[in-house]
Amino acid sequence: MSHTLTVLAAVFAELSLLAVGGANALLPEMQRQAAQHGWMTPAEFAALFALAQAAPGPNMLVVALVGWHVAGLAGALVATLAFIAPAGLLTYTVAGLWQRFREADWRVAIQAGLTPVTVGLVMGAAVLLCRASITGVGTFLVVLAAAAALLVTRLHPLWMLAAGAALGAAGVL
Amino acid sequence: MQHPESPPTLAALFGGFFWIGVLGFGGVLPLARRSIVEQHRWLSAAEFTDLLALCQFLPGPNIVNVSVALGGRFRGPSGSVAAVAGLLGAPVAIVLVLGGLYGRYANIAAVAHGFAGLTAAASGLVLATALRLAGPLRARPASLAIAAAGCVAVAVLRLPLLPVLAVLAGVGVTIEWRRR
Repeated sequence: MSHTLTVLAAVFAELSLLAVGGANALLPEMQRQAAQHGWMTPAEFAALFALAQAAPGPNMLVVALVGWHVAGLAGALVATLAFIAPAGLLTYTVAGLWQRFREADWRVAIQAGLTPVTVGLVMGAAVLLCRASITGVGTFLVVLAAAAALLVTRLHPLWMLAAGAALGAAGVL
Repeated sequence: MQHPESPPTLAALFGGFFWIGVLGFGGVLPLARRSIVEQHRWLSAAEFTDLLALCQFLPGPNIVNVSVALGGRFRGPSGSVAAVAGLLGAPVAIVLVLGGLYGRYANIAAVAHGFAGLTAAASGLVLATALRLAGPLRARPASLAIAAAGCVAVAVLRLPLLPVLAVLAGVGVTIEWRRR
């Protein structure tokens, strides 16, 4: 494996085991690592995240896009496999033991204790993505409108993404 | 566990998770529940809730963990591989095609502007998710403080996740442990 692929594998394998609150909670660290390794700017990261949101499938697809951006198809595969393998192996191993510890006090305390941390990380993701994607009044209003639409309507999120893209393509932002 | 039918084959696991992957937009867990519990009857509702609790407790992407655990429960390691491959194969291919198209046409002004709008909307959706998650914490100042500290640590101070997680999870779990 080339040096770049090795670094990709190491970064995403670590992220796999740090993913305690879903993929959104990992976005700040992913963006930080991508910038630190010189892979992309925060704005490029935000664009890849948006692209992943517009595709079907789990939230983690941004991982494949980051790998692809860094090292093409091989990068996409390495990043994806590195991201799912460590946690997957852990899950496979622990699944059989789950009945033994699921009612344990320590298990409940860990899960409850992690919840506010996860919320903070998702808040951090929101701050970073907004900072990268708000370039003027128009994009600022799109951020607010999409957030409000998700909070107060039952519209499918794809409508918000489509509306944002259409407004942008029409040149009104 | 009592299941009326024999355990699903590798092809059935691949196929079941394939449709969960390609039909799931913006979070696939609700779809996974419908498919696994109601359509295929691989698990009862209670079993699914229990499996999801495990997968949310362990690190890693939740739905991938669900596919690993479910595939493994029925067919061992090859079941896990079949379920994960079914879940991720098509979505990864689709997103890479989209990425390739974006890379090729990003220099066209309308595409670039459309992307700026798409990116802003996606950011807004994450903002709404964050607000929705934070809502239940309002009644608990300690939890809010931990969340705020996490947000500042990663978004303002740009600290690495590992130490942030170690410190804040330590504080959070200690508080929960003492409450018991």
